[in-house]
Parts: sequence; C-alpha cells; structure tokens
Amino acid sequence: MQKVQNNKAWWLVLPVFLLVAFSALIPLMTVVNYSVQDIFGPGQAFFVGTEWFKEVLTDERLQDSLIRQFIFSGAVLLIQIPLGIGVALMMPKSGIKGSLCLILLAIPLLIPWNVVGTIWQIFARGDIGLFGWGINQLGIDYNYTGDTLDAWLTVLLMDVWHWTPLVALLCYSGLRAIPEAFYQAAEIDRASKWAVFRYIQLPRLKSVLIIAVLLRFMDSFMIYIEPFVLTGGGPGSSTTFLSQTLTTMAIGQFDLGRAAAFSLIYFLIVLLISWLFFTAITHADKEK
Amino acid sequence: MIAWMNWTPTVAIFFAVIAGILAVMTVYEIVSPCSERKGFLPIATTRGDRLFIGLLSAAYIHLAFLAVSDITLWVALAVSVAWLLVLLRWG
Repeated sequence: MQKVQNNKAWWLVLPVFLLVAFSALIPLMTVVNYSVQDIFGPGQAFFVGTEWFKEVLTDERLQDSLIRQFIFSGAVLLIQIPLGIGVALMMPKSGIKGSLCLILLAIPLLIPWNVVGTIWQIFARGDIGLFGWGINQLGIDYNYTGDTLDAWLTVLLMDVWHWTPLVALLCYSGLRAIPEAFYQAAEIDRASKWAVFRYIQLPRLKSVLIIAVLLRFMDSFMIYIEPFVLTGGGPGSSTTFLSQTLTTMAIGQFDLGRAAAFSLIYFLIVLLISWLFFTAITHADKEK
Repeated sequence: MIAWMNWTPTVAIFFAVIAGILAVMTVYEIVSPCSERKGFLPIATTRGDRLFIGLLSAAYIHLAFLAVSDITLWVALAVSVAWLLVLLRWG
C-alpha cells in the first residue's frame, strides 16, 4: 500500500491550539502585560518597566515566604515519599483485605481542601480537639496558634495525612505491575527482603515515583487553602506560604502589577522544576 | 488593538519576538530537520529542547541581573542572546 506523506494532519491540532491559546496563553500574556504597568483603574495605567520585578525580587517578605515554601515542599517530599512506599509495601497484595486498605487509604483524598483545614483546626485544638488535648495530656505544651514549631508540625502532619495516600496508591499500583517471575527468581537466589526491595521493587517503582514526586512537589508548592484555614498563615507569618502571600498582594492590597510580577517569577520556578522532572522521566525512559 | 486591555508596545514587541523565534525555528525545522544529539549539556537534546533551555535560562539571567545588580538589562539581554547562540550551536 502506498503511504501518503504529508503534514496535513497538523491542522487537526488547530482546535487544541486555539483552546490552549484562550485558556493559557492569552491569560499568561495578560499577566506579563500587567507586570510592567502600574494600574490604578480603567484607563489609568502607567508603564513602569521592570520596577515591579526589582521590588519583588528584593522584597524580604517574599524571600522569606519563598524559603519557607522550599522548606515545606522539601519536608513534604522527605516524609511522604518514603512513608508512601512503606505503606504500599505493607498493604495486602489482593483479596478483601487489599480492597479494604485501598478504600481506607483513599478516604483522605476525597475530602475537600478547606474541609481538611477545618478538620485539623478542630482536631488539633488544645481544649476541644482530640489530638491537641491528647498531646497536652501527655505533658507536652502544644499550641498551634501560638507556637511557630507547633504550627509548622501541624501543617506538615495535616499534609502528610491528606496526601501520603496518593503516594501509597501510586506505589501500590507500581508494585502490583511487577511480574511474579521476578520474585520467583529472587526466591531461587535466596535474596533477602532488603535485596528484593533494593534490586527489584525500587527500580521498578522508578517511573511511578517520579510522577509521585512531581505531583507532590507541585501540589505542596502551590498549597494555599489548608494552611490558610488551619493557621491563617500565623503565628506571625511563620506558615504563610507563597500562594497566600500572592493572594494577599493581588486581592487584599489590589497591587496588580506587583502581584503579576510575582506570579511570573512563581511561574518560572514551577516551570523550571517541572521541566527538570519531565527531563528526568523522559531520560529514564530512553535509558531502558 | 494595542489599546485593548492596556497592552503596551514593550510587551507586544516581547511576544512578537518570541513568536518570531518560534516561527523561524519551525521553518528551519521543516527545511532541515534536526536529530537528537549530545553536546556539552548532560542530556541529549533536539534543537527545540535547546531553544527552550535557552529561553528559560534567559528569563533567569534577567531576573538575576535585576536581583543582585543595577546594571542595565541590555547587558542581561546581550548575555542571554550570546548564551542562547552558544547553546544552540554546541549545547
């Protein structure tokens, strides 16, 4: 059969391109446009060049929240990834117990963010919350509204509770995809449990883990509602992460130019890190 | 057109240049398709990959200039263009 060689199929991409243009490109261009102007109202815009960028980059409040954001995302990854792998390894492989575990694990994922915040806000209270009251009864002085460390630990714990199941579910599906023959071979070689994990399970989990790390990084980097509901960013500004700082700036102070410049920098950070992950994934696939 | 949503000439030029680069690179790709190769970057890249890396690093170069110095951004632009060309040729 004669194969037709032409590039006309590219026209079929046009609808998607238009859709993306309206949903992503034009809004992004608008943000770029706002970031170089000082806008007071309709028809009252002044071109200010890169002034907002300069101001945003040297703003200590923003630098602080950026550092906090990186620490938070780092901590989230360091805790949730190993924990998720561990949970997935310990889950029953099949049968009713396996299904039960899956359902139990999925429950936190079904709860809306602001409800998660509210749940933990009450759960961690020293007077009426079971968790806060229990910790206080153990003789540990715990108060997430007054103490920076307590607030941080509570936000972290909340995120771990909410999102570790996602990592666990991803790893579980990755583990189930390993053919039984691998384990049989390991058994013949009398490989230890650790060796099985290190040389069979972990390498086979690589691609799911990269996705898990990417998802968890992006989500935690853009976290807004949960800490906002739980601590309101306090005490002081100790749990104010990037999104919240941005929202305060854009909506609270209606500082559109500054917020736009900040959004672009935020976008560039996210773009860089996503690209690094994406390259890592495609690179890992090519090596196979 | 340009008055709509307070568009400014600067932003228009910026996006026109980006669109222009993309258009030129597309034509170039059709005229002489490139293959993936390994340069001084740690990964094998296509021409498009190198363009993306170049543009992204150009953004960071500009931000770095803004953040730590008062040197005019034309210097940053020159550095970015030079870096982009090096990247496209040897990256």
